[in-house]
Amino acid sequence: MASEGFVAKVRRKLVDALSLLGGERPTKALVGPTQDIGDTVLEAKGLRKVFPGVVANDGVDLTVRAGEIHALLGENGAGKTTLVKILYGVYTPDEGEIVLGGRPVKIGSPRDARDLGIGMVHQHFMLSEANTVAENVALGLPEGRMLFPEKEIRQRIQDFSGVYGLRIDPEAKVWQLSAGEKQKIEILKALLARARLLILDEPTAVLTPLETEELFSALRLMAKQGKAVIFITHKLDEVMSLADRVTVLRKGRVVGNVKTSETDRRQLANLMVGVDLVPSKKAVAQAGELVLEVAALSVIGDRGNEACRGIAFNLSAGEILGVAGVAGNGQRELVEAVAGIRRVASGCVRILGRDITNHGPRAVANLGVAYIPEDRLGMGIVPDMSVKENLVLRKYWQPEFSRGMLLHEGAVDVYAGEMMDAYQIMTPSSDTVARKLSGGNIQRLILARETSGRPRLIIASHPTSGLDVKATSEIRAKLLRAAGDGSAILLDSEDLEEIFELSDRIAVIVRGQFVGMVPRAEATLEEIGLLMGGATG
Amino acid sequence: MSASARWLWRMPRISVQKRREPLTSKQGFMLMLSAIAVGIILGGLLFSLVGVSPLYAYGKILQGSFGSPQGWKEIGRKCIPLMMAGVGLVIAFKAVFWNIGAEGQMLVGAVGATWIALSFKQAPAWVLLPSMFGCGLALGAAFCVIPAILRSKFNVNEVITTLMLNYVAMQLVSYLIDGPWKGKTQHGYPYTDPFVEAARIPRIPGTFIHYPTLIIGVVACVLLYYFMKRTRAGYEIKVTGYSPRAAEYAGISYVKTLLVVALISGGLAGIAGVGEVAGVHGRLMYPYYISGGYGFTAIIVAWLARLHPAGVIVSSIFVSAVLVGGDAMRLRVPLASVNIFTGLILLLLVSTEILRTHYVKVTWGEPTRPS
Repeated sequence: MASEGFVAKVRRKLVDALSLLGGERPTKALVGPTQDIGDTVLEAKGLRKVFPGVVANDGVDLTVRAGEIHALLGENGAGKTTLVKILYGVYTPDEGEIVLGGRPVKIGSPRDARDLGIGMVHQHFMLSEANTVAENVALGLPEGRMLFPEKEIRQRIQDFSGVYGLRIDPEAKVWQLSAGEKQKIEILKALLARARLLILDEPTAVLTPLETEELFSALRLMAKQGKAVIFITHKLDEVMSLADRVTVLRKGRVVGNVKTSETDRRQLANLMVGVDLVPSKKAVAQAGELVLEVAALSVIGDRGNEACRGIAFNLSAGEILGVAGVAGNGQRELVEAVAGIRRVASGCVRILGRDITNHGPRAVANLGVAYIPEDRLGMGIVPDMSVKENLVLRKYWQPEFSRGMLLHEGAVDVYAGEMMDAYQIMTPSSDTVARKLSGGNIQRLILARETSGRPRLIIASHPTSGLDVKATSEIRAKLLRAAGDGSAILLDSEDLEEIFELSDRIAVIVRGQFVGMVPRAEATLEEIGLLMGGATG
Repeated sequence: MSASARWLWRMPRISVQKRREPLTSKQGFMLMLSAIAVGIILGGLLFSLVGVSPLYAYGKILQGSFGSPQGWKEIGRKCIPLMMAGVGLVIAFKAVFWNIGAEGQMLVGAVGATWIALSFKQAPAWVLLPSMFGCGLALGAAFCVIPAILRSKFNVNEVITTLMLNYVAMQLVSYLIDGPWKGKTQHGYPYTDPFVEAARIPRIPGTFIHYPTLIIGVVACVLLYYFMKRTRAGYEIKVTGYSPRAAEYAGISYVKTLLVVALISGGLAGIAGVGEVAGVHGRLMYPYYISGGYGFTAIIVAWLARLHPAGVIVSSIFVSAVLVGGDAMRLRVPLASVNIFTGLILLLLVSTEILRTHYVKVTWGEPTRPS
């Protein structure tokens, strides 16, 4: 240093500063630039994380090797998301250590994780909706820069998307894109940040079957190139078709770690839930009284587009009609229009012979129509109100629960007690705020409220999405029983398995129109899938 | 890489993150006490800076508020409008209707009372006072219904409309006292004539505490607590505020709910205005003398009560005490430093509210190097 002249010193500082602006930060990644397939990339030992009242992770071990697709399987609340959030620096573990590339590390924040070569695709995308794809990708780059390197980013996006088949227009604004495309951006962000370990939290929950296939082939290619992939799921099919190795979590502990080539679905299901699964099947419905008639229905969507066009169908007591379709093809607008919470532009909805078009949700509810909305937390319950207040959300005005202007608190208490027993809603008390319940118990609460009074029609939107295997089979059984008791059910689900398991008839909706209506007995998965994909049938 | 550049990376990143569990009410209370303590320490520094010993200053403040009969009288007087307007705002905020217009609603309430008082000078008190309260309530409510309808029917931001209507009310009062209602006995000052004795709200002798209004205020707090807890309308207000989508799902009419909220919120602010004009001043005068910023301070009162109607009784007394303590200091230290002190305490109390549900996380730029 002593020999360094003043000018040289200033110049050195300037160069440093410029290189910082230019983003040439020395890479701090601890995993070597090349990693050989089979090398241990990440090793977590004895991770423990306690939240108030819950042990989310308890002595969790995880080893991930380069070139491996590693599935994390488990029910809701098994601790999968907590585990990956620890690996990604969102949470700090209470105990345990993480070894990356042979050296123990502390991951204090997601930025640390990215610097260490760990990328993550969250369940809910972390994108700026108003910006373009290229701008979002630039935001995720490890080197912060003063100026927006537009050309370079576009080039890099195109390079990468070509390699992995993740085609996407760098100039598109994010809000215009589908969930599948948004996911591609997240993956590209991670790849461009030179991630060597990619974590995906329930990546397929938002994807269509075709997009899922696309994602899987991209992931396989990444693995082949030596990257390590961790993906979270609770779908057994995905584990078997994609993963090399699977770690099964139950109640915060690792209950199994097996190669997929040495296991089968039944074993994994047993590990996951601890019991054998008994698939339920619906008996063919007897043609009952006509409950719901929809004629020439047109509905305007949120963006002013015509979300449903000329939809017509009938539904009888005891019958289940499944509406299959890729997300965003008008099924949400359809069920909302039938439930009375979305205005009908033209056409008509009749329930039990009465025209209730645009009569509002309360008129529909008063006819004995149950509605299980897609957005449980945002619409189905009021998270900040108590369990009992939520149990009367759609019936508090009925004479049973009202005394003039007052709520009949005694009646509400009695009703809440009955419902908590009958539907096994696990809650410390009926005064607990609903926000504290688990996903399954929230859905039980909604189901109790909506289906307990022998409704004539049940509109069920994604009734089991995101729920664990046990809650799912329980809720499907409840729906089947309701149909057996004479309720007509309009089922909107993204889960084709569910539609096949429950429905008597399957309607396929594409761009707001029914393109097919098939009795379940005659339908095949391939046929429905093709119709959903827009093939004319 | 030079040291200076490395320092740049090591800038702390501060983020506010949601707690998994909100603080318990006991922890929340401790948080409140610590906020006050921090305010007192900072205030002490401030007083030292202007050359007053903090101990002396705080001694005077305590003595001036809780420590003397005069202090209690002032607290009693100031808490009445704060309680009344504050509890109304609690209901509005519960429905997520950001009514910033209590000040203006107070003023039109005062105008209503003045109109009755000046027009029916012969009527006995038992006719006059109830009709003044009724008229003030009706005008205050009507003044709040306008933004509520604009909000629910046309999605016009109520923060802007309620705020702007304050100025409308101020100009209205200014016009009336310098125009049609200008008093003949006021030597050209822009005041109305004094109210007849029957149009004045009785006070506790020797104080400005107009106790009938105080009783109405306390009763309103208690009744509204049961209103929110027990009635269908209260239930609808809560659902609407917590989750508009769930309210839609339950078939709750947004227009109707906001109308109820506006009637309660504006009506109570109107009554507060009646109390000031007929209980304290006995005539309509400059807008600022009548409403005195109570309508804005009531926002803090509602917030400190954590939107609990009965809690407003306590928070209105507390905020009055802070204001009165500040007033007591004014003779001894520069006015501005006292205002800064009261502002500081209230600001700290309101801004630490977020810590009940969130926490602040500080992370450093560089990951810890492997050992």
